[in-house]
Amino acid sequence: MMETSILSLAAASLRNRLGSATLTILAVALSVTLFLGVEKSRTAMRTSFDNTISGTELIVGAPTGATNLLLHAVFHIGTPQAELSWSRYQEIAARPDIAWAAPVILGDSHRGFDVLATNQTYFDHYKFGRDRSLELASGEIMTDIFDAVVGASVAAELGYDIGTPLILSHGIESTGHAHHDDRPFRIVGILKPTGTPVDRTVHIGLEGLTAMHVGWETGSRHHLADSITTEMIRSFDLTPDSVSAVFIGLKDKTTILQTRRALNSQREEPVTAIIPGQTLTQLWRLVGTFERLLIGVSIFVIAVGMTSILTSMLSSLNERRREMSVLRAVGAGPRHILMLLVSECGLLGLIGASAGVCFTQILILVINPVLVSTVGMELAGTAPGLTDFLTVVSVSVLALIIGFWPAWTATRNSIGDGLAIKL
Amino acid sequence: MNSTAITIEISDLEYAWPNQGPLLQLKSFTVAAGESLCLLGPSGTGKSTLLSLIAGVLEPQKGRLQVCGSALEALSSHQRDQLRADHIGIIFQMFNLVPYLSVLQNVLLPCRFSPRRRNRFERPESMVEDAKRLLCQLGLDAPDLLSRPVRDLSVGQQQRVAAARAMIGAPELIIADEPTSALDRDNRNRFVRLLQDEAKASGATLLFVTHDQGLASQFDRTVTLDDINHITTPTGTA
Repeated sequence: MMETSILSLAAASLRNRLGSATLTILAVALSVTLFLGVEKSRTAMRTSFDNTISGTELIVGAPTGATNLLLHAVFHIGTPQAELSWSRYQEIAARPDIAWAAPVILGDSHRGFDVLATNQTYFDHYKFGRDRSLELASGEIMTDIFDAVVGASVAAELGYDIGTPLILSHGIESTGHAHHDDRPFRIVGILKPTGTPVDRTVHIGLEGLTAMHVGWETGSRHHLADSITTEMIRSFDLTPDSVSAVFIGLKDKTTILQTRRALNSQREEPVTAIIPGQTLTQLWRLVGTFERLLIGVSIFVIAVGMTSILTSMLSSLNERRREMSVLRAVGAGPRHILMLLVSECGLLGLIGASAGVCFTQILILVINPVLVSTVGMELAGTAPGLTDFLTVVSVSVLALIIGFWPAWTATRNSIGDGLAIKL
Repeated sequence: MNSTAITIEISDLEYAWPNQGPLLQLKSFTVAAGESLCLLGPSGTGKSTLLSLIAGVLEPQKGRLQVCGSALEALSSHQRDQLRADHIGIIFQMFNLVPYLSVLQNVLLPCRFSPRRRNRFERPESMVEDAKRLLCQLGLDAPDLLSRPVRDLSVGQQQRVAAARAMIGAPELIIADEPTSALDRDNRNRFVRLLQDEAKASGATLLFVTHDQGLASQFDRTVTLDDINHITTPTGTA
């Protein structure tokens, strides 16, 4: 009865100082929002990062750094120095320990979106998240040379549908003059959203890519290029000369290290073979330093929030001396004065941190649609959970602990004042 | 000694504020149960300090203090707090009320700290009813008054709420420390009369401290602090 009574007194006291209490709560709430925001986007980034690719045991490319190859092949970031010859790809695909090998060619773009040339194997075996395959939202996988399958964000942002013609650009410039406008593609399929770079990719067939580049062998349009008709192109051998990377699945996952060693130690036309999961972890370690810095900063901001509790409590003590001696007069002991002020601090912490959790959720609701439309990803797994609970508990306990400072000052005052307070 | 007949019994008491000369030195001072006593003395002679000692908020350096049947020197500070909560109602000169509680919550405040005073009432509702009755007898019968924030009240009204709070749950001893000095003459006399009547009705002992000699005639007995205090050159506070 007494304890709940003190708690209700503390709540009434805070209500009475609504203005300053609200500001203090806001300070705590904002600091908790920053902390949770950083923590959640970190976790979500990590998750979507790790979810980008799965089910692919190895990625093989021309000799380069492991992270370079991963960034290029999976995230379509940067350009590789060299490519892998088609014959080398065929050798790799023919290895007995390999179940499937999907070649990809990167380098062209369409209005800022990456163009990835590949074959049916890629659509059959590319997996993301927890072994989720690529699925069509509408249409079908390309069958003709000039067919294209676009990711969900490409279709949504450019307002594309089945049948829309596509002009692809040479290289990555989206507004350049080097458009392959002589060989338009047609959208035959739209993929379901994946939350991976696939959403922002235009997929075409390997032959389509070669066909598109007929007359462009030197890197720019040949003056005779226009004289080659589409019918003529269809009669050519459209097998590409080289590929950017090969995605590989193994028959037996336990041979992964042996297979990689075998690939990496090839003397003739050497290649780099990476295990995507491993390289993702290495890459994340690089990002991790920055991420720890952010967490450190947001913990400091929580400390600032805690200090604002302390400031508001300590500055109110003098004007509350009379109140304390009234409470003493009706039978409150020093213990009760201590409990009253400690619980006021605890309540400020609890309400502030809980408000912070709400703010974070609202922020995520606002930010997610923006993220989806700009980077094709959303912050996943951000529903309030254990982290939020632990944060609220920690902040409240911390507030209770620092509450002992003003509480102790008030208790000492009230003992010194007795009932005869000097006003 | 019959503890039911004597509410306050002080012998050989000495008190000095820290780092100051002695303020109080009382050989013997007794207040009988049910008595209404006026303790007179100018400001700064240690009247409030004496009340704090009786209320068990301060501890004397020497001497014995028997209040409502308990020897204070034998009690822990927690037990003294409980004794005060259970047996004593206190009214200050002003600023008596907790600003963030309503009138009713202020009146019922002692019941939060004293199970004994709370348990005088069979049901929580009868506690509220008694608070209403006390306020009504003290002339505070406006219907919306109970839930009003206390800062909306006049000083006179606040003092009457404080009186109701001191008397809720029928404590044996009511201590009033210059409760009328912020009131005008008419209100002052009326307030003292109300306090007297209420104390008499519940059988409580009333210890009323004032520097206003004009009020002395309304009490059973008047004592001047200088007459019982052997320290004649006070150095302390009011």
